[in-house]
Amino acid sequence: MNIIICIKQVPDTAEVKINPETGTLIREGVPSIINPFDLHAIEAGLQIKEKVGGRVSVLTMGPPQAENALREALSMGADEAILLTDRVFAGSDTWATSYTLSKAISKIGADIIICGKQAIDGDTAQVGPEMAEFLNIPHVSYIRKIEEITENSIRLQRLMDEGYDIVESTLPVLLTVVKELNEPRLPSLRGKMAARNAEIKKWGPPDIGADENNLGLRGSPTQVKNIFAPEARSEKRILEGRPEEQVDALIQELKEFKCL
Amino acid sequence: MSVIVNVDKCTGCEECLASCPFDAIVIKEGRAFVNEYCQVCMACITVCPEGAIIEVEGEESKGRDIHGFKGVWIFAEQRGGKIAPVAYELLGAGRKLADELQTELSAVLFGTSEEGDRELIKWGADRVYLSQDPIFEKFNDEPYSQLLSSLIREHRPEIVLAGATPIGRSFIPRVAARLRTGLTADCISLAIDKTSGNLLQIRPAFGGNIMAIILCPNNRPQMATVRPRVMKRGEYNENKEGEIIQVKAEGLTSRTKVLETIKEASDITVNLQEAEIIVSGGRGLGDPKGFRLLEQLAELLGGAIGASRGAVDAGWISYSHQIGQTGKTVCPKIYLACGISGAVQHLVGMQSSDIIIAINKNPKAPIFNVATFGIVGDVYEIVPLLIKKIKEVREG
Ligand SMILES: Cc1cc2nc3c(=O)[nH]c(=O)nc-3n(C[C@H](O)[C@H](O)[C@H](O)COP(=O)(O)OP(=O)(O)OC[C@H]3O[C@@H](n4cnc5c(N)ncnc54)[C@H](O)[C@@H]3O)c2cc1C
Ligand SMILES: Nc1ncnc2c1ncn2[C@@H]1O[C@H](COP(=O)(O)O)[C@@H](O)[C@H]1O
Repeated sequence: MNIIICIKQVPDTAEVKINPETGTLIREGVPSIINPFDLHAIEAGLQIKEKVGGRVSVLTMGPPQAENALREALSMGADEAILLTDRVFAGSDTWATSYTLSKAISKIGADIIICGKQAIDGDTAQVGPEMAEFLNIPHVSYIRKIEEITENSIRLQRLMDEGYDIVESTLPVLLTVVKELNEPRLPSLRGKMAARNAEIKKWGPPDIGADENNLGLRGSPTQVKNIFAPEARSEKRILEGRPEEQVDALIQELKEFKCL
Repeated sequence: MSVIVNVDKCTGCEECLASCPFDAIVIKEGRAFVNEYCQVCMACITVCPEGAIIEVEGEESKGRDIHGFKGVWIFAEQRGGKIAPVAYELLGAGRKLADELQTELSAVLFGTSEEGDRELIKWGADRVYLSQDPIFEKFNDEPYSQLLSSLIREHRPEIVLAGATPIGRSFIPRVAARLRTGLTADCISLAIDKTSGNLLQIRPAFGGNIMAIILCPNNRPQMATVRPRVMKRGEYNENKEGEIIQVKAEGLTSRTKVLETIKEASDITVNLQEAEIIVSGGRGLGDPKGFRLLEQLAELLGGAIGASRGAVDAGWISYSHQIGQTGKTVCPKIYLACGISGAVQHLVGMQSSDIIIAINKNPKAPIFNVATFGIVGDVYEIVPLLIKKIKEVREG
């Protein structure tokens, strides 16, 4: 079974702060991490390999320092790592990102491709399904359990609003996973040692046979026009007094809003 | 399009550096230089006192033919034969956009619905494209995206909106990929740019730390998924007329198959995303029994139970109740946060609620920054009192 995991290096959004004067992100000192959902994707890939055999490749598109994310994945047990890096990839939106990644996936070849449900920087959750369309394969989103895998099919639980669906798909397939699926393992010491010197393949546009018109800013249909800090809510009131008084004041307000 | 610095005008004053949200401007040899991290957000252009930063055409994604695209479409999602409430919200938002563009509003419905397709017209649609093919009874991404793509190719709407629900967010990206157009996820506000006529799509990013306005200037249709419960429904008009067009679902295939749909009915949970009142608990409850207390209050108010990740990770309540970045996004009339500190990852899931009430022991808890009404106090003291007083009010 050839398994490819798509991972993204992201700033830890829990640490991102806004400069209140300029309304811009303060990124200094914000650590870069593997997108938390992608850790679950890696774990899922490793578990599939342990069960049915195969090879796990991790793939990322990003700046040169994204290599660190790949080494971390290798230390968890992935067999191979590929970094797509080139200036022309910069500024990619989800369309250009999924085009680029799908080109690399076609080159590697895969039976199962696993992505996180969404990346915590953009929160779009679009790259996985868009890639599946480029690759002309089925996808199933929000996987919370992998029930069974055979040579040419897979049975899954897909998380939905009011419960879950049991879905069967042919292979090859692309999955996006939620955190309930598993508990990502920590890198072993041996894994860390091996990952330190492991070779990381670096590919640019010619290596994946990509059309430059579809890459980076130029290939991206969407543009960020503007960025601003979210507005603080205007009406804010702390209800003072003893508990009785606080609750009475709240009840009064709720009545005014016709909520009671 | 790209942003460059006119080096003859640049004085190296560094004013522009702080304006860039992407750290994309650096000073080289005493002059500003825009590097490859630039996302062409234009924030720096107005900041430069010399007018040295300019936007230049060229090297642009090849302007595709965007003429001849007309009309606003919304995808009306049905689940188990019921039209999802977000469909009516989309009709409200879509109607406004269509009126502003002086064009028509159409709804697309796959599968059958109890309410009937006429209902979509009464809520604002001029036209409904309907396919009742049995393939749409259960949700599979491929047939949904195949038929929607081919309808869009045939009728060429300029805007297509869908709900940012599990279904919309799963299959709409395939449609956008296939049509080679942009898709903006999880928008919370939409408007038309007066000068260009482009759709301005506003959404949170970086875990809700910032808001971004996204454009899709050179490709059509402009596509967006819209977060449920943020757009207002439009006017309901019993007498509104409209056209229903039956579309043929030919040649659709699916390599996935839904074998079973399992509803996880927990005690009093209604669908969190559709609840009008949510009573939510965090690690401050101290133990799982706290949720029994909150359930009493929720039951009294006819609301649903939410939770922070702190409470879910502690094992006090199941993940399906989690609200926030890695849980659900909700927008009820009233959100009551009990013993929740208000971490940004929690806030992004609930801060567009109409009224936020926070009960927390710590007056410095960040939840008070977003609370309409804040009570500094102990949950175990305040909530029982609240239950008692609400009962008194009810009993008159
Ligand atoms: C990538 C990432 C994603 C995340 N996604 C989410 C998400 O989706 N949803 C989410 O909620 N969190 C999420 N988090 C976690 C988030 O950062 C916080 O850790 C979490 O929300 C804290 O939960 P809490 O407020 O219940 O607990 P705490 O932060 O421990 O707060 C408990 C609060 O209760 C108060 N308190 C204690 N006792 C009482 C009492 N008796 N009466 C009244 N008040 C009391 C305390 O003053 C305190 O403010 C995420 C984190 C990361 C890194
Ligand atoms: N640049 C990237 N490189 C590799 N994988 C990515 C990249 N961007 C997104 N992905 C994958 O797509 C998923 C969804 O990302 P997004 O659509 O950005 O929310 C992530 O969890 C990753 O698995």
